Amino acid sequence: MYEFTYHKAESIEAAIATLQQSDDAKFVAGGQTMLPTMKHRLASPSDLIDLGGIAALRGIEVNGDALVIGAMTTHATVAASAEVKKLIPALAGLAGNIGDPAVRNRGTLGGSIANNDPAADYPAALIALGASVKTNMREIAADDFFTGMFETALAENELIVSVRFPKPQAAAYMKFENPASRYAVVGVFVAKTKDGIRVGVTGATPCAHRGLRLEAALNKDFSPAAIDSVELPVEKMNSDIHASAEYRAHLVKVMTKRAVTACG
Amino acid sequence: MPTVKMQVNGKSVSGEVESRTLLVQFLRENLHLTGTHIGCDTSQCGACVVHVDGKSVKSCTMLAVMADGCAVTTIEGLASGAQLHPMQQAFMDNHGLQCGFCTPGMVMTALDIVNRNGNNLDEATIRKELEGNICRCTGYHNIVKSVQAGAKAMEG
Amino acid sequence: MAENGIGASVRRKEDNRFLIGKGNYTDDISVVGQTHAVFVRSPHAHATLNRIDTSAALAAPGVVAVFTGDDLVADGIGPLICGVTVTSDDGQPHRAPRHPALAQGKVNYVGDHVAVVIAETLAQAKDAAELVVVDYGVLPAVTNTADASQPGQPQIHNEAPNNVCFNWPFGEKAAVEAAFASAHKVSTLELVNNRMVTNAMEPRAALGEYNSGTQEITLHLTTQNPHVHRLVMSAFNNLAPEHKLRVVGPDVGGGFGVKIFVYAEELVVGWACRKVQRPVKWTADRTEAFLSDAHGRDHVATAEVAMDAEGHFLALRVMTQANLGAYLSTFGTMVPSYLYAFLLAGQYRTPLIYSEVKAVFTNTAPVDACRGAGRPEATYLLERLVDIAAADMGLDPAEIRRRNYIPKDAFPYQTPVVQCYDSGDYVAALDKALALADYAGFPARAAEAKARGKRRGIGLSSYVEACGIAPSAAVGQLGGGVGLWESAQVRFNPTGNVQVFTGTHSHGQGHETTFAQLVTELLGVPIDSIEVIHGDTARTQFGMGTYGSRSLAVGGVAIAKACEKLIAKGKKIAAHALEAAESDIEFAAGNFTVTGTDKAMSIAAVAFNAYVPHSYPEGLEPGFDENAFFDPMNFSFPAGTHICEVEVDPDTGEVDIVRYSAVDDFGKLINPMIVEGQVHGGIVHGIGQALLEGCRYDSEGQLLTASYMDYAMPRADNVPSFDVDYAPTNPPHNPLGVKGCGEAGAIGAPPAVINAIVNALGIRHLDMPATPEKVWRAAQQAA
Repeated sequence: MYEFTYHKAESIEAAIATLQQSDDAKFVAGGQTMLPTMKHRLASPSDLIDLGGIAALRGIEVNGDALVIGAMTTHATVAASAEVKKLIPALAGLAGNIGDPAVRNRGTLGGSIANNDPAADYPAALIALGASVKTNMREIAADDFFTGMFETALAENELIVSVRFPKPQAAAYMKFENPASRYAVVGVFVAKTKDGIRVGVTGATPCAHRGLRLEAALNKDFSPAAIDSVELPVEKMNSDIHASAEYRAHLVKVMTKRAVTACG
Repeated sequence: MPTVKMQVNGKSVSGEVESRTLLVQFLRENLHLTGTHIGCDTSQCGACVVHVDGKSVKSCTMLAVMADGCAVTTIEGLASGAQLHPMQQAFMDNHGLQCGFCTPGMVMTALDIVNRNGNNLDEATIRKELEGNICRCTGYHNIVKSVQAGAKAMEG
Repeated sequence: MAENGIGASVRRKEDNRFLIGKGNYTDDISVVGQTHAVFVRSPHAHATLNRIDTSAALAAPGVVAVFTGDDLVADGIGPLICGVTVTSDDGQPHRAPRHPALAQGKVNYVGDHVAVVIAETLAQAKDAAELVVVDYGVLPAVTNTADASQPGQPQIHNEAPNNVCFNWPFGEKAAVEAAFASAHKVSTLELVNNRMVTNAMEPRAALGEYNSGTQEITLHLTTQNPHVHRLVMSAFNNLAPEHKLRVVGPDVGGGFGVKIFVYAEELVVGWACRKVQRPVKWTADRTEAFLSDAHGRDHVATAEVAMDAEGHFLALRVMTQANLGAYLSTFGTMVPSYLYAFLLAGQYRTPLIYSEVKAVFTNTAPVDACRGAGRPEATYLLERLVDIAAADMGLDPAEIRRRNYIPKDAFPYQTPVVQCYDSGDYVAALDKALALADYAGFPARAAEAKARGKRRGIGLSSYVEACGIAPSAAVGQLGGGVGLWESAQVRFNPTGNVQVFTGTHSHGQGHETTFAQLVTELLGVPIDSIEVIHGDTARTQFGMGTYGSRSLAVGGVAIAKACEKLIAKGKKIAAHALEAAESDIEFAAGNFTVTGTDKAMSIAAVAFNAYVPHSYPEGLEPGFDENAFFDPMNFSFPAGTHICEVEVDPDTGEVDIVRYSAVDDFGKLINPMIVEGQVHGGIVHGIGQALLEGCRYDSEGQLLTASYMDYAMPRADNVPSFDVDYAPTNPPHNPLGVKGCGEAGAIGAPPAVINAIVNALGIRHLDMPATPEKVWRAAQQAA
């Protein structure tokens, strides 16, 4: 790891101020992706601004028919939360299966979506649930938030404050894990919402996306069998030593079917 | 260089570190608590698991400065004098270790499993919960038995 | 049986220190004035080294020194050697290209050692290593085993045309061909034995210290064989004379073969600490371990078996290409030759066997022994082929094995491939395993699984392992550069406690306990009064170390022999003290007694007498401290049958191991708890190879699986708990009646797992690792 200057921010405003005063500063949330990346010398920020001390970024609130989860809320907290389990149990299940227990004790919702790893779990949930991302500047719909591989709509001085997840009528997340890293080879989040069926797909493509073809089929017939006839564009799928594009496309369908079954 | 202060195994400690110093490096090199090991560089093997404020973390994936003001427990902090912690004893009784390298992380993770899941643990739960700890020696069979027995023993 | 003696599952003496964080691994040791070494490694698989500019690195903060290959050459250090000669089909020894510890003119794999930077702190050394500027002339690379010797491939070493290290035929070719020509049926199989990265959890490390007053180097290493390290570094690498080089293997966090070998980093650290007159420490991070540890396996082979109308094996023909990597590792040549072809008889009385092994160089990390070393490759090939043969003959896999096993009354049994098996009862192990696995109940379980949409399969493997390589004379005849005996010293202290010095090394096997059990059994001293000491050339006598499941079968016998010498001497001392004839003295349970009387003397009292010889037999040397060497007459031949049951999810290709039963013959068990742990670990190593682990290079020689993000290690949720039992036979040449157990699981498991998957899918073959995608595709094709 290259040396850098460490700052522990006390408030959102202070974090932004420090960022603006620094050369090439980066925010660090739980550090579960950032620190390994820096250890391998693949990132060399001049400054790291630790958001761990900002109480306003932590916590889970029920706001009407939605959950509002602070950006610095850990996966472990989300997984164990009675509110999350009650309102969106699929989200608690998703959080409880990210990484491993020690990683979940540090890794955060905000860190995960800001990084937007193509194999991360949370982006699928945000997309399927029609969540919105509240930042220090604005509110961004999940559909607009994930813009590309490791890229988001966040501007330079923008910091995620919380994510608002509307409660679905039913939802389920199914992940097919990479046997080495345990990241998602493919993860499919299916949600029955007031606006119809929404499907978030991660792992399959360079950036998590809405499964529009899957949604169309499921809006007609919410059953596993409805997926059989869906044709997915294999050429758009990721391909690596763990899974070919063709296999990934197949797994998207299998995971979708399983999620549909789990939705009941 | 930043100065960090923390409680490690109940004792107040402090030291000067570079910002880039990992918690595991601080424990091993500054405090000479070499029971916490480093087995990988991608946060997967779990040889470095310690507890920070009562929760298991991978100390290779946390900066020492991030643990400033925290209470840290390492493998060295479990036994009471010559009396092993029940989980340590369970690992000995069930041959849950061979080369011993992954063992400190396994034991610290095992305690975290009990903290979150209680004292009656089934095999499937233990195996899933051990996802972040890799052992090459034991084939896990006896680690699973150890965690199960240790969890039970902690009840009494 | 003595309390805590042979056969007792004694809790391990070593556990306390590991459980309280007081293990002492190489990286745990820090010394005053210590510097840190970081190696500059080649990012290219094959390139000329046109120029290395170290000036910026030398000027960086905290840098003590930067060295390159020229510095080693100037001091006459190296090159690294391979210790076993294999004669190629042209009558010449295998091609042995020069293997510099720091590259000379050319790099041959990604991770090859270009320079070393030594600095005050590890971070400074890493920072400075990035400032070493290397001008590489990138060359095309070859990484693929099957391609390496084909025409038109890049040439790696001038000394090895077509990248061939050796082509080694063995067996009666003409007779085998004749048998094939007249066979009722021939079954054929082409298969890959996937390359593995051994992955002991403790990464390799070295700490070198030089005392300019005594001119002695002390080298703490992650080693399985400190004396072998010292011998090789002294005799061949010119590091220091043996008496001026101390090698210490402190607690070592797993070996599995990967810590046998003498590595570039170890030699460089040993040399550099003298060069800079400061202690130098190096510890691999995991990515470096992936790049530079010796890898394992990596064969492609074609196997054919000729059978008569009843499915009896008439002849076996095996053509193998083995990848040795870019350079020869310490025992690289031996693994795919003597440790492989000599095991091709397996448990069967196949009368004729012909094998050809072509070993090739590629632009990949050197390949050497990994848990099992050659024997898993032989067993996997054979046990897959036997299942193919069973299918071709319409026989149950258990039945075709039963028909071809060497019968228990045929031992000692001379195979056509050198080995003479000393003991075994393969039918007994099979029958026990079939019962343990409820083989008869499998069809009902398969039907039940089918109703759930799963495909259930069952697979057998019957293996023979040759371990405890011996005798030394045979090792020499085969081209080995060492003897493979073992040594022991058993020393009573005047107060009656015992120190046992062994030339073996323990890195998880529990020798401190097992050997103490042996001594408490033989000498009757309480186990808590026995300390086993290993791993330090300055404390223990010369010994050959631990690998090839040899420690108990060879080293344990040396300890027993030293104990016998103590008892013999003790009888003289006791006879004198008890005023009896030596021939009237008996020894049992720690006491010397005079036959037919109640006169007795404890062995502790005898020891005291020996050190305080005020009243002592005339002419007898004082002291109670004996050493012994044991050079066995033969290998030891553990064997067994493993049965794996899987459920395949045809939708995803995921394989769930639902049941695994192992019945092994390890002879007599000293500590059943420890043995069972060895079995578990071996099985999971084998399951890892079968399902998860596959080391992959791309065509340019970049390692695609260079971390646990991409190299899938077995984790707790990948495997079940195991049913383990034994069907022991007595090895007549081993005085303790023991065989080796540490590698058996890794040998038995891969074919059992793959046979089960093949059975579940109703297909002919599937190469390892059986990843979900591969299994899914196979399931698609089978459907």
